[in-house]
Amino acid sequence: MINEVIKLISPKNLETFFQDEQYSDNIVIVRPTYLSICAADQRYYQGKRKKEILDRKLPLALIHEGVGEVIYDRKGEYKKGEKVVMIPNTPTEKDDIIRENYLRSSKFRSSTADGFMQSAIYMERDRIIPIRNIEEGVGSLLELCSVSVNSIETFLRKSHERKNIIGVWGCGTVGYITTLLLKSYFPDSKIVVIGTRMEKLSYFSFADEIKMVTELDENFKVDHAFECVGGTKSADAIEQIIEHINPEGCISLLGVSEDPVDVNTRMVLEKGLILIGNSRSSYEDFEKSVELAQDKQIQAYLNNIISEKVEINNINDINEAFERDLNNDFKTVMKWNF
Amino acid sequence: MNFGGILAGGKGTRMGKTDLPKQFLMLGEKPIIIHTIEQFLVSPAIDEVIVAVPENWRSYTEDIVEKYCKDDKIHIIEGGANRNGSVMNICRYINENYKDDENVVVTHDAVRPFVTQRIIKDNVELCKKYGATDTVVPAVDTIVEAKDGTVISNIPIRNQMYQGQTPQSFKVKEFLQTYESLTEEEKEILTDAAKVYVLNKKNVALVMGENFNMKVTTKYDLKLANLMLNNLKDEEE
Repeated sequence: MINEVIKLISPKNLETFFQDEQYSDNIVIVRPTYLSICAADQRYYQGKRKKEILDRKLPLALIHEGVGEVIYDRKGEYKKGEKVVMIPNTPTEKDDIIRENYLRSSKFRSSTADGFMQSAIYMERDRIIPIRNIEEGVGSLLELCSVSVNSIETFLRKSHERKNIIGVWGCGTVGYITTLLLKSYFPDSKIVVIGTRMEKLSYFSFADEIKMVTELDENFKVDHAFECVGGTKSADAIEQIIEHINPEGCISLLGVSEDPVDVNTRMVLEKGLILIGNSRSSYEDFEKSVELAQDKQIQAYLNNIISEKVEINNINDINEAFERDLNNDFKTVMKWNF
Repeated sequence: MNFGGILAGGKGTRMGKTDLPKQFLMLGEKPIIIHTIEQFLVSPAIDEVIVAVPENWRSYTEDIVEKYCKDDKIHIIEGGANRNGSVMNICRYINENYKDDENVVVTHDAVRPFVTQRIIKDNVELCKKYGATDTVVPAVDTIVEAKDGTVISNIPIRNQMYQGQTPQSFKVKEFLQTYESLTEEEKEILTDAAKVYVLNKKNVALVMGENFNMKVTTKYDLKLANLMLNNLKDEEE
């Protein structure tokens, strides 16, 4: 089938490409319905990645967070119209030790493979999961949930047992979803969110406590911490975490930064801290996210951070959505009518 | 039910020296007609796909469908002597095998492989609402009418002019009845199925097409289509 693929050819410049798709029994064709804009997509769109990276990766179809409906499955395993979440990570090899999202050979949508801004997506059968009972707009946030799940599952395996207080640095979308899921995983722990903007922190009604970064006194201590800040403020957040974390605590890093970040390794050594890098997610993380999102309360909380839904009928609408996203506190979701 | 009706009656006479009818020429890695069939096959708006081909090319079409996109939903039948004949054969086939007064057929040129899912969906929806549809794009050039072929007899207002593409969609039963009501003379002059409705003063709703929903009928078109698919190099080799 000739597929329409919307690719970024240069910053803020999208163009329709026609692609000859090859079908096989391992493929299920999915029509995207709700796609969510991620900060990583926005960095490509605005041209805020390094020039050599843009030169290497563009043209590229953006978006790696999304749900859709099955339009064709010759094997009949999926029904026409069945709603599914699409997994952006596509492994090309199996490894018994290293998880699929960390294999250097894996392809990732909107980075090393075309993203979901397409008329129809030829998904490998093991890269979709049905999302019964989950509203599609909320479903488009499942990829973010899976990233948080990936970090929490790793944290579970690598951190010590004492989890009386867990601190989450960052009041953006990643901080919000990580806090929400930490409450689900550890209902008896006290989850404290530390952020820079009170109007965003106010959304975190499910957290046990919210604090501004400026109001932490020296007595404030956490057993473990999740860094969900990223960007240029990562260094400040990590510095503050190292200062307030108890010895042998675990710092889960989730914030993406374009430039290298300074870390106070002397105190990391002195306190015997564990720093864990977290990126992307695997099939199992998506499965767990779909399971967690069956909870209507979690769905309602997720719905609260959809700042805006934009109807997409043409390329101009996509440009509009990316521009509006810059002014939204949380997520911009595109209702994909393409 | 909703049917895709692929019109593949062409015998390739406009394509230069090639003997293979144009719908069977390769575009990228598949014959043009396969791209078109696939687009209807995967459309959620379409239940079954009927393909009308010249009798001599029926086995050939069955072979390539088997090779590229085998599916029980695809039915290959014999086309008619002309375009409307093929549309009629498709409608009769549907009427005989799937009795339902509400059946809709979305007829489409096999040589327009760039038809989109949106166009197919809009055709089905508007056909159900208005009874028939025609896919068009606004005319870019001024249309000039010259009845004697020598001097201009009329220049219609451009923003009221559209260029017809396909799909064209109809309610199967109504199309059969309407077509049968025409005189033999009227049937003779009809080159366009939507005109059957217009002659009978029935509504035909416009569906917005796409400029790229082009008809691949010349070598130049094929080159352009391959270029659109980034396959120009392959095509030249």
